[in-house]
Amino acid sequence: MLSIRNLHASVEDKAILKGLDLEVKAGEVHAIMGPNGSGKSTLGNVLAGRESYEVTEGEVLLDGKDLLDLAPEDRAREGVFLAFQYPVEIPGVSNINFLKTALNEIREYKGLPPMEARDFLNRVKEKQKLVEFDAKLANRSLNEGFSGGEKKRNEIFQLAMLDPKLAILDETDSGLDIDALRIVARGVNQLRSKDNAFIVITHYQRLLEYIVPDFVHVLYNGRIVRSGTKELALELEEKGYDWIKETVDAEGAV
Amino acid sequence: MITQVSDSLYTQLVKTYEGNLPTSEPHSLDEIRRQAFDRFKSQGFPTVKREDWKYTNVQPLVGRGYAFEAEPAALDEATIEAAAIPGLDAYRVVLVDGIYRADLSTAKDVPGLSVMPITEAFERLCFAKYFSEYADKTDNPFVALNTALFTQGLFIEVGKNQQLDKPIHIIHVAVTDRPLFTQVRNLYVMSTFAEAEIIESFVTQTGADHNLNNVVSELVVRENAKLQHYYLQLGSAQSHYLTHTEIYQEKHSLYNHYNCTFPGATFVRNNINVRLGDSEVESHLYGVTLTAENQFVDNHTIVDHLKPHCESYEWYKNITQDTSTAVFNGKIFVRQDAQKTNAFQQNNNMLIGEKSAVYTKPQLEIFADDVKCSHGCTIGQFDNEALFYLRARGISEAQARVLLVHAFAFDVTSRFANTTVRAYVEHLVEKGLKVG
Ligand SMILES: Nc1ncnc2c1ncn2[C@@H]1O[C@H](COP(=O)(O)OP(=O)(O)OP(=O)(O)O)[C@@H](O)[C@H]1O
Ligand SMILES: [Mg+2]
Repeated sequence: MLSIRNLHASVEDKAILKGLDLEVKAGEVHAIMGPNGSGKSTLGNVLAGRESYEVTEGEVLLDGKDLLDLAPEDRAREGVFLAFQYPVEIPGVSNINFLKTALNEIREYKGLPPMEARDFLNRVKEKQKLVEFDAKLANRSLNEGFSGGEKKRNEIFQLAMLDPKLAILDETDSGLDIDALRIVARGVNQLRSKDNAFIVITHYQRLLEYIVPDFVHVLYNGRIVRSGTKELALELEEKGYDWIKETVDAEGAV
Repeated sequence: MITQVSDSLYTQLVKTYEGNLPTSEPHSLDEIRRQAFDRFKSQGFPTVKREDWKYTNVQPLVGRGYAFEAEPAALDEATIEAAAIPGLDAYRVVLVDGIYRADLSTAKDVPGLSVMPITEAFERLCFAKYFSEYADKTDNPFVALNTALFTQGLFIEVGKNQQLDKPIHIIHVAVTDRPLFTQVRNLYVMSTFAEAEIIESFVTQTGADHNLNNVVSELVVRENAKLQHYYLQLGSAQSHYLTHTEIYQEKHSLYNHYNCTFPGATFVRNNINVRLGDSEVESHLYGVTLTAENQFVDNHTIVDHLKPHCESYEWYKNITQDTSTAVFNGKIFVRQDAQKTNAFQQNNNMLIGEKSAVYTKPQLEIFADDVKCSHGCTIGQFDNEALFYLRARGISEAQARVLLVHAFAFDVTSRFANTTVRAYVEHLVEKGLKVG
């Protein structure tokens, strides 16, 4: 589904991703871990199309289509969804109006008519239930006054509403209490299917007990330096990153 | 050779009208006109040296020649159609280059409502009582000029206890086929316990020549009366406006003004002065200005608290695109008598065009000690984080901008009492926003 080859990206002339390769197939869940500042969020942002990140080399294909050529909105319409590490508050834009606009623009892109108001509201209700997100959305502005946890949950709610092909969750678990974490994970598990895929960025093995990944990757210094199965996450939890840093830095020195 | 650029129009006016001012029965008006003309003559057109006109250079406008009398021009039906507000059922009044068109007016035979050309109202008691009573106390030379020269405009009186069942929609159309300088004078009187809604649209007929419109409106909102008053500035590039709106409120009255300007008219200067003349008065002034290209829009407001226990609430939003300029100047006076005043003012600006400009200045002058006054002002740009967030959910850049500008204007548009007008204004904002 997603294939990233030799991806290099920089911000303000500072190289951050330095030759990243990743293959994600439909139905898979990939976890990405790695020390602070290693480039995890950068990867998410580059995939979603944030303009301040410049891709200097490499390619990204989504089902064979060159993603890097597309505007952020077209990537979303092609099925890329980034759950933000820091969701933005937008006073004056209502949650509902925002979701309706997004959903209908995606539908239009796919040649579908706008969703009927009643169907839309039913879908909102159904998906809110799925992620047990009972914040009153109707008269509230997008993320405005939401607690950190509510914002994260709102991201997953949006994910459920928009039903993307490829979802990238950037530290969705941070800031969630234990119950919320379980609920979010349950939601994600219900959304998993053989047709979609997830990239889960996290610092904590705990999330991966709930959302069990097919692969775990370690991102360090702009590249994926280790890949393995869920046991790798356990090993990291136990030993920290130093042993990886050391070996990688040693390899680099050779 | 040293000549002031503005000499041409000034000289032209003095030459035309010195000893030759419009005259009419009753002759009490003649003296008012003479005095006003003298005031204008001694002041001349304002230059940027005057504090109130610092950013507002009228020299290019008054440095050229104009006709002073409108000639009957062919009004296209399409112009009026285009000015109609979708879904609004209203009494319609049309002024063409300032001249009242009885044939196009539907505000006839409405119980308790008098609508007529101002020249037909000279004999009325309330004309004698209120005409030039407040506007001419200000030092705006355009008011003096207007008082001296006007021969057209509108008189509206809503009778005692009358609550109009429909809004009055006044359409000001610029049609002229030669450069024209109009003096339009309006007087609206809301009698005690009257309630009404007046919506004024300013439009330009396609093909109209350069026009400069000096519109002075005096409004009196009498005891316990309520008035909702909208300005929708929709003129196009040939049109230039100097409007002076002077509102006097009596005890227990409510006056709400909604001042909306859209891309089009090259030059707009609005003076809006509200005098809270007695206790328990409430006034709200809202503004949304969306500018584009080389437009210049200046809103100068005065909220004048004269008596105790009154409340005023003012919120203006400017959104500037391209190389346009917006000016906001908000004066609040709280006079010595006006204890327990509650006055709020807020001005927020969103500069979209990198070369656009905003000049904003709150001015509070408080002479009473037991008052609550607050004001604030912000200047910002598009929030790129928010823009990206919306786009990352599949919303096009154009639509994302519309959402963000609506959100920015929301504090103001959400206060509109008339939801049909609100929807219309939101639509015009959307239309006036450039993509990309
Ligand atoms: N907009 C930006 N401007 C300047 N530097 C940036 C910008 N975005 C990211 N960086 C830098 O790029 C590097 C990678 O940042 P990134 O956010 O991708 O790390 P991360 O792996 O997500 O870290 P964390 O675990 O703390 O979330 C950091 O050194 C960061 O300071
Ligand atoms: Mg990060």
